[in-house]
Amino acid sequence: MMFMIEKFPTKEHLKKKQDYKDIPMAGKITNAGSSLLNKTGSWRAFRPIHDKAKCINCMICYSFCPEEAIIVEDGKVVGVNLDYCKGCGICAKECPVKAFSMKEESEFGKE
Amino acid sequence: MMVTKKMYPMTGAQAIAEAMRQINPDVVAAYPITPQTPIIENFAKFVADGRVDTEYIRVESEHSAMSATVGAAAAGGRAMTATASAGLALMWEIVYVAASMRLPIIMPIANRALSGPINIHCDHSDTMGTRDSGWIQIYSETAQEAYENMFLALKLAENKNVQLPAMVCLDGFITSHGVENVEIYDDKTMKDFAGEYKPIDPLLDVDNPITYGPLQLQDYYFETKRQQVDAMKNAKKVFLEAGKELSKITGNDYGYFEKYMMDDAEAVIVVMNSTAGNVKSVVDEMRKDGKKVGLLKLRLFRPFPYEEVAEALHKIPVVGVFDRAESFGACPPLYGEIRNALFDSEKKPKMQSFVFGLGGRDIFSHQIENVFETLLEGETSGETKYIGCRGC
Repeated sequence: MMFMIEKFPTKEHLKKKQDYKDIPMAGKITNAGSSLLNKTGSWRAFRPIHDKAKCINCMICYSFCPEEAIIVEDGKVVGVNLDYCKGCGICAKECPVKAFSMKEESEFGKE
Repeated sequence: MMVTKKMYPMTGAQAIAEAMRQINPDVVAAYPITPQTPIIENFAKFVADGRVDTEYIRVESEHSAMSATVGAAAAGGRAMTATASAGLALMWEIVYVAASMRLPIIMPIANRALSGPINIHCDHSDTMGTRDSGWIQIYSETAQEAYENMFLALKLAENKNVQLPAMVCLDGFITSHGVENVEIYDDKTMKDFAGEYKPIDPLLDVDNPITYGPLQLQDYYFETKRQQVDAMKNAKKVFLEAGKELSKITGNDYGYFEKYMMDDAEAVIVVMNSTAGNVKSVVDEMRKDGKKVGLLKLRLFRPFPYEEVAEALHKIPVVGVFDRAESFGACPPLYGEIRNALFDSEKKPKMQSFVFGLGGRDIFSHQIENVFETLLEGETSGETKYIGCRGC
């Protein structure tokens, strides 16, 4: 599910000239879902590589992923959302059939 | 409006607990050990006896007390705690958080010394240390004032243009444990005055989910702090409005400060909290001998009423400022503010800084009289003088 981000802080909002008075009091984030703007994928040092052949679709990775970055379609794990995956490796650690391997980001070059 | 009042013998702590009973906050979180005050002890009794609906949370430390209070206030509750001395020091980190999250928490403080050396008695080191934390600070001369200041603080803190936490300060032991005659106004009147609390952006409003206290680094922190500056400016205005409203019940005056025999005074002492009472009695005695002395008792320390203090003091020939706290290597805090207030005045008094009463050291009438005598002679210096300290 995608949230509609209407008020603060949209990318346009961030670019616009702002007055400190326009910002919600105490920096409160007054609309839910704004964390979608913060693409934490850039923090990643190791990338999880998913092996569909090994995967038994038990959904343990999906349950454990703190970023909800495991992409599931029709009850099957199909990959990882690299916009948000921080590369913590919990999926690889928890997977009972070792369907994830963690590879250094440097191996992928500049993408 | 039918206002009735009844006089009781009460300690300052009991008087504050009475105010809390009448306000009936949603949540009170406190840590029940020294340096806690009998405020909480008395209030806990009200909770146990079912005289308030308050959710009383006994937490594991003062840091947790302030954290739980912050959480309760963010959730949308009217939240309070109380502390003193090292308890306030242990809260420190979250004291700043309460102000920056703009939560109108009320916290009475029985002003007591900070360790070390280990000491439990009265001075103002604790709240003076938090003077830059973003909290409103109101100081009380008597138990009666402390009781009334609780309601003043509540109205001020919860005002939608303010939304800041407030400390109600009273002298530890001297006022918090000393018994005085206190007039308690009837419950209905005070409950009506406190009114129903309408929180702004409560976390428990699940239809409008929001985030409190997000990370703000180089991008937004500065703006949030700037908003706090404006809120404090508003607080200065709203203080007088809230005072007028409370005055309709009590008939008392709630200015930024009380001027006592100042109109023709040639020497004035500025002081906060209970010592103002001692100074008043010395002023009365010296006036009988024709000595023109007076007192300025400051009530609101944060926000600081610079213009008004300057207006009140600029024509006084000599002013002595009494601090019950030291700022090592700098001007004592109250003296620094008073001196600052007068910088732009064309006419300004000669000034002398005094530090007294650290760690609960008594101050006596004859010492205050001596100070007035030296001030009347125009004796001032750039050095702080220490009253009642050996060899000073």
